[in-house]
Amino acid sequence: MGALQSLPGQPEYIDLAEKTGFSFEQIGVLHKRFKQLSHNEETLRRDHFNEIPDLACNPIRAQIVEAFFDRRNFRQNGEGTVEEIGFEEFLVVMSHFRPPSLHMTEEQRESVRKEKLRFLFNMHDTDNDGTITLEEYRHVVEELLSRSGALGKETAKSIADAAMLEVASISMGHMEPDEFYEGITFEHFLKLLNEFEIESRMNIRFLNMDTTTLCK
Amino acid sequence: MADPRPARSRFSPRLTAAFLCVFLLVFLRCASASRDVVSGSNETWIRPARSTQEDPHDHHGNSTEHKKAFPVLAFNFEHVRKPFEISMWILLALLMKLGFHIIPRISHVVPESCLLIVVGLLVGGTIKAVEGTNAPVLDSKLFFLYLLPPIILDAGYFLPIRPFTENLGTILVFAVLGTLWNVFFIGGTMFAVCQIDGAGLADVDLLSCLLFGSIISAVDPVAVLAVFEEIHINDLLHILVFGESLLNDAVTVVLYHLFKEFSHEGSVSVSDALLGVVCFFVVSLGGILVGFIYGILGAFTSRFTSHTRVIEPLFVFLYSYMAYLSAEVFHLSGIMSLIACGVIMRPYVEANISHKSYTTVKYFLKMWSSVSETLIFIFLGVSTVAGPHEWNWTFVVFTVFLCLVSRVLGVIGLTSIINKFRIVKLTKKDQFIVAYGGLRGAIAFSLGFLLTDSKMKHMFLTAIITVIFFTVFVQGMTIRPLVELLAVKRKKESKGSINEEIHTQFLDHLLTGIEDVCGHYGHHHWKDKLNRFNKKYVKKWLIAGERSTEPQLISFYNKLELKQAMMLVESGSTSKLPSVMSSVSMQNIQPREPPRRRAMPSISKSREEEIRKLLRANLQNTRQRLRSYSRHDLMIDPFEDNVSEVHLRKQRVEMGRRMSHYLTVPANRQEAPPVRKVGFQPEHQVFTYDDAESPRSAEMKPRSAAVRLLNELPQRSDQSDAEPNAKQDDQEDQLKLSRGLSDPGPNQEQKES
Repeated sequence: MGALQSLPGQPEYIDLAEKTGFSFEQIGVLHKRFKQLSHNEETLRRDHFNEIPDLACNPIRAQIVEAFFDRRNFRQNGEGTVEEIGFEEFLVVMSHFRPPSLHMTEEQRESVRKEKLRFLFNMHDTDNDGTITLEEYRHVVEELLSRSGALGKETAKSIADAAMLEVASISMGHMEPDEFYEGITFEHFLKLLNEFEIESRMNIRFLNMDTTTLCK
Repeated sequence: MADPRPARSRFSPRLTAAFLCVFLLVFLRCASASRDVVSGSNETWIRPARSTQEDPHDHHGNSTEHKKAFPVLAFNFEHVRKPFEISMWILLALLMKLGFHIIPRISHVVPESCLLIVVGLLVGGTIKAVEGTNAPVLDSKLFFLYLLPPIILDAGYFLPIRPFTENLGTILVFAVLGTLWNVFFIGGTMFAVCQIDGAGLADVDLLSCLLFGSIISAVDPVAVLAVFEEIHINDLLHILVFGESLLNDAVTVVLYHLFKEFSHEGSVSVSDALLGVVCFFVVSLGGILVGFIYGILGAFTSRFTSHTRVIEPLFVFLYSYMAYLSAEVFHLSGIMSLIACGVIMRPYVEANISHKSYTTVKYFLKMWSSVSETLIFIFLGVSTVAGPHEWNWTFVVFTVFLCLVSRVLGVIGLTSIINKFRIVKLTKKDQFIVAYGGLRGAIAFSLGFLLTDSKMKHMFLTAIITVIFFTVFVQGMTIRPLVELLAVKRKKESKGSINEEIHTQFLDHLLTGIEDVCGHYGHHHWKDKLNRFNKKYVKKWLIAGERSTEPQLISFYNKLELKQAMMLVESGSTSKLPSVMSSVSMQNIQPREPPRRRAMPSISKSREEEIRKLLRANLQNTRQRLRSYSRHDLMIDPFEDNVSEVHLRKQRVEMGRRMSHYLTVPANRQEAPPVRKVGFQPEHQVFTYDDAESPRSAEMKPRSAAVRLLNELPQRSDQSDAEPNAKQDDQEDQLKLSRGLSDPGPNQEQKES
């Protein structure tokens, strides 16, 4: 703690640390990055994200940017999107990528899993209706394949269809031929990615980042 | 608690096998004068000289004295001796392996490696009793040049890349630092032990102790593979122990040569130590470089083999073996070279070679590595009986004890350092398994065998054998119950879910994106950069044709589809038909058509209902029908007379074409070909989903999709055929299809990255 005396706005950090679980050091580094991205303004907007050059060649760039402005990810049970975010919201979204700590009970681990899967779910469910419909899933696959050249929408569609079929088979088991599977709800999503071990995979290393040297 | 009666009946094949083996061995021994089977080829040169005297076709000697009758039946064993004996040994090994699996109870408790060593002991004992002192020994040359490479190649070629690269740092720390710690701890402490008066070890100097340490410290990949394969622990632990056993080869090679060189001179100076460090880097990086070069060559060669499919597997084997040998020429690490070659070559080669060649490569590698492993363990047993032993209680006991202690200390110490840098920390359970899985094996024995003959060598060898026996028997047998006791996470059954694949890819991109937002060049960022570089430049050079541009998701999906289709065709009634079993079909997930379309007067409502019922009944009855399906008649059921014939025929033909295309053209592995190569129209690429032309088809879509699922199931031809005219040109496709399918492709694909 002594080394951080020089950082501005320290009392806020205590709040944020408590809310998000980051250490003071990590918050400091992220704050620097935030200021860099926003050109020292108070809030970030979508076009700030679009300026990041490395992000440009990412096939799911749009969804990633949207995730930052989605109120469902701010842990306040809000809905809808916002146009600009402050540092606190930035940090809260980032906190979804923190690794689970070593000494966690099973329930804590389970809740971390749920939280991360919720984040993914929100990314797919763009219209906020609580289910991922076939159209939305198709969109996801199309975006994933969008960088791979002229493969056309057909392939993406058939892959998405097969995937949806799989979800339906796993979640519903038996359906009458004239029943209709509305979409993937969050419970089905949890069941689907049960084996995925997302709590070990969806993590970023937040240590030793020296953003002054790296930034673009 | 098996019933004794069946046990007796099960015994007879075992007893026969045992008798056969003993008979074979006695025959071997009696038919030849005493000599080593495998040590040295110089003996075989002497033999032909001697045997020509016995040659009945030799005209010297006494054949001119009286005219011999023409020999109708002659006995000339000498000129087939060597291949005969080699084949006998291999046959023995395989019969033993077969024998163990006939008695399932034992193989559940005792790992196969232990049983094989016991067999080796028995065989060695028999030979010694019959023969005297000349029993065959595990010759180091044989081991390093012929027995070890197949196992390592098999391991390297099928190395799961993703867990390996994710944990590379940890693996390297264990391999390099762990082995170094082991060597110096064991060597140093043994030297201290040797100073104890009364142990009779005063002549063992420090360098010899360190040399011994370097031989005994390395975790052995063969033993690890043999034991861990049977206990099915989770990927992380498996790759940690196994990766460590592979990568510690460089350290072992350097230290072994270093101490061997200097044990003659008696002292090591600082500059020598520094040179040793440099040597380590040269050995490991050089080995990897050699493997890399051969891998690229192999990948490049496979680009041009589209016209000579039959020899494709040979390229894979030969390039890899050459990589190993070339590395051994320069005393670089052959194991690392072999691994690097396999890893580099695999994605490109698999995109280029045909499905059958892929199967061949896989099966040959498994076969060779299995035989090698069996032979190694048997020979280990035989050598134990044969070799001159020098038993020194203090030395041996302390060796075993120190091996365990240093392993445990090393793992604990290193993990505490590693955990600071890992996202997913290693728990105490993980550490225990890693420590307990540090098995020693035949590499240690062979390295010891290469030492110059002396009393010390025999003492070392005895200690090495004792440690090997201890680790393989005690640790090997108890690791399975311990794993169950500690409830270590087991390997999860991977069903090849398309959703998981989608999300893996999605997560990769997501994490890369978040890293970019943070401005942090983490390892996702670099991985992404590497992938893009690979896609842009490397694949163009190394993969033939247009396959170079197919993304992983598509190839995964193709592979999955192919696997399901092949499973359906081959399985008959006994296997699960996943998508059918849940009776959820495409029509359930298609969005409801707007009512406007439904009003189209194509089929009356009642007819529609009837068709629906029939289809549903079909789906459930398919299993019985499959039992007697005829391969040459993949016919569709007759209920289609109401649906567009042309449309369905097109689907069937395309399915047949697609199947035969998949089987003779490049295998659909990670970077696999798009189907466009055979001149399909774009919309029929992967999953025919005719978004087509006629307005009727939109309404047909739900049903035709269900029917399409049916189409994929081979059905009986005994139903009245609705389309006799379609049969003709279908026959040809189905024949092509069945010919392609008569190769029993592997049902369960290896779990890949």
